[in-house]
Amino acid sequence: MHADEIRALVQGHQVHRDVYTSHAVYQAEMRHLFANAWIFVGHDSQTPNMGDYITTQIGDQPVIQVRHSDGNIHILHNRCPHKGTKIAIDRAGNTGKFFRCPYHAWSFKTNGCRLAIPLKKGYDGTGLENTPNHEGMAAVGAVEVYHGFVFARLAYNGISFEEFFGESLSSIDNMVARAPEGRLEIAGPPLRYMHKCNWKMLVENQTDTCHPMVAHESSAGTAIDIFREMGEPEPRPAAMQIIAPFMSAYEFFESMGIRTWPNGHGHTGVNMSIHSDYDAIPEYYEALKQTHGEIKAKAILDESRHNSVYFPNMMVKAPLQQLRNFIPLGPDKTLVESYVYRLAGAPDQLVAMSSMYNRMINAPTSIVGHDDLEMYERAQEGLQSNGLEWVNIQRLYEAGEDFNVEAVENGTTERQMRNQFNAWVKFMTADMGEAA
Amino acid sequence: MIRDDIIDFIYGEARMLDEGRYTEWLALWMPDAHYWMPLGYNQADPINETSLLYEDHFMLRLRVERLNGERTFSQKPKSRCHHVIQRPFVDVFNVKAGIFQTNTAMHYIETRLDEQQLLALTAIHDLCCVDGKLRIAGKKVVLVNSDAAFGNIQLLP
Repeated sequence: MHADEIRALVQGHQVHRDVYTSHAVYQAEMRHLFANAWIFVGHDSQTPNMGDYITTQIGDQPVIQVRHSDGNIHILHNRCPHKGTKIAIDRAGNTGKFFRCPYHAWSFKTNGCRLAIPLKKGYDGTGLENTPNHEGMAAVGAVEVYHGFVFARLAYNGISFEEFFGESLSSIDNMVARAPEGRLEIAGPPLRYMHKCNWKMLVENQTDTCHPMVAHESSAGTAIDIFREMGEPEPRPAAMQIIAPFMSAYEFFESMGIRTWPNGHGHTGVNMSIHSDYDAIPEYYEALKQTHGEIKAKAILDESRHNSVYFPNMMVKAPLQQLRNFIPLGPDKTLVESYVYRLAGAPDQLVAMSSMYNRMINAPTSIVGHDDLEMYERAQEGLQSNGLEWVNIQRLYEAGEDFNVEAVENGTTERQMRNQFNAWVKFMTADMGEAA
Repeated sequence: MIRDDIIDFIYGEARMLDEGRYTEWLALWMPDAHYWMPLGYNQADPINETSLLYEDHFMLRLRVERLNGERTFSQKPKSRCHHVIQRPFVDVFNVKAGIFQTNTAMHYIETRLDEQQLLALTAIHDLCCVDGKLRIAGKKVVLVNSDAAFGNIQLLP
């Protein structure tokens, strides 16, 4: 696709349905957007020891996150340079000092460099050493480990990590500052939830504050009804803390506020959020006070950011130490992985709360997730309709919006969706030619 | 109480779920019981790691009452389910203490519209005896592919 074709799909207040349904657009996203942008890969606590690795995808690109012998994390393309065989297929493991391809035993150091090829003399005089296949497993363009969170840019040249994320890193900062020991650790495997819809629908839903009281009435509304019928017992059932706030009024979500940052990042819950009214855990507050002092500890906890979108396809829920990775598998197929982290130095109740939230909201067995997935899949099917080709993202739209500056607005604005599409065009077309 | 009473109870519970007799099903549960469906194969800790389900009585009741709601969109139309179970092993049979445990292999099918999925699983029931009647004190459902990526699983194995 050409840059002018991409630009024609986004008109500020609306986007063409092809951004969700077209296979050509999906392929262009994989070749351009997911190469030019910085993409979340994993957490360094998933590969703590030398030789530890995990396998995942950056867009449609299979990659390995591995801890090299020098202690650094490398992100390698997961294919043997010989015939293309995936080097590792388990989701996590330890490879020792080197990777060895199971097909012909070509071996590679854990930074990807070629180590040995059996019966090497068969290549004498063939010119193999002049090919990139001889080098070893290719590394991605750039890697950055930020407070333990591992990001990669596939392209060898492009925007720096700091410029790409800018002030949006403050949400990760807040999540990490919540740990009395200043670091997070992975707490078990992620939920894996398959969605038959385009990945961008999921990302947009993260800051869609006009759907919870509608789509989730059957879970949040029914929870409140049952609680009342029970005579509002104390302590509240866990579901009343976690699910019931989804039923909050429009005015509540309006006053939560939405902040947008350049390059497509943004978050809901500027002033407060549906995560503000959780039961306090006194031992935890004491531990955090020990680390930061009372004023700073209070400021860290008062920050109640709901969902922070790290464009293009990741979300962080700082008050609950959660991360959701929206992995595109096709124009109409997305794998959502939802992770929970343990705050180092915090009591177990925190990771218990995060795990509970994760299973109540983000699981394929979640009564909240069920209604979200229902909406996405209905939209994916409905967008096949030729009755109307444009999708509306106009709520609180103002002509001439400048996404290069940070903005804080009414919590029901769809500005963050427009911000994402503005960045989508930018990073899709950054290395794309114009029509001849 | 004989072993067949325990085994009949497990068959009876599966039939209630297949026939959608949820109010009756909910009444089988002890108020402090949990329905646990681990996420990790061999997962030991239901609390400090994510599970697929770890539901208290409030959540189970919410799940059941939601199914009947006017605005339960993911259940318009409703799903249906079907259990095929092997004869349960009675692993604990302590009549004196009123404590029983069963281990039951089953194939669980859930269907909605044109989709149908098959889950193979082992259900472990902790049962107790209250006023001469068997009740569920805990149920753990181990999917053989618990770590796979699923679409919606809306009803209960």
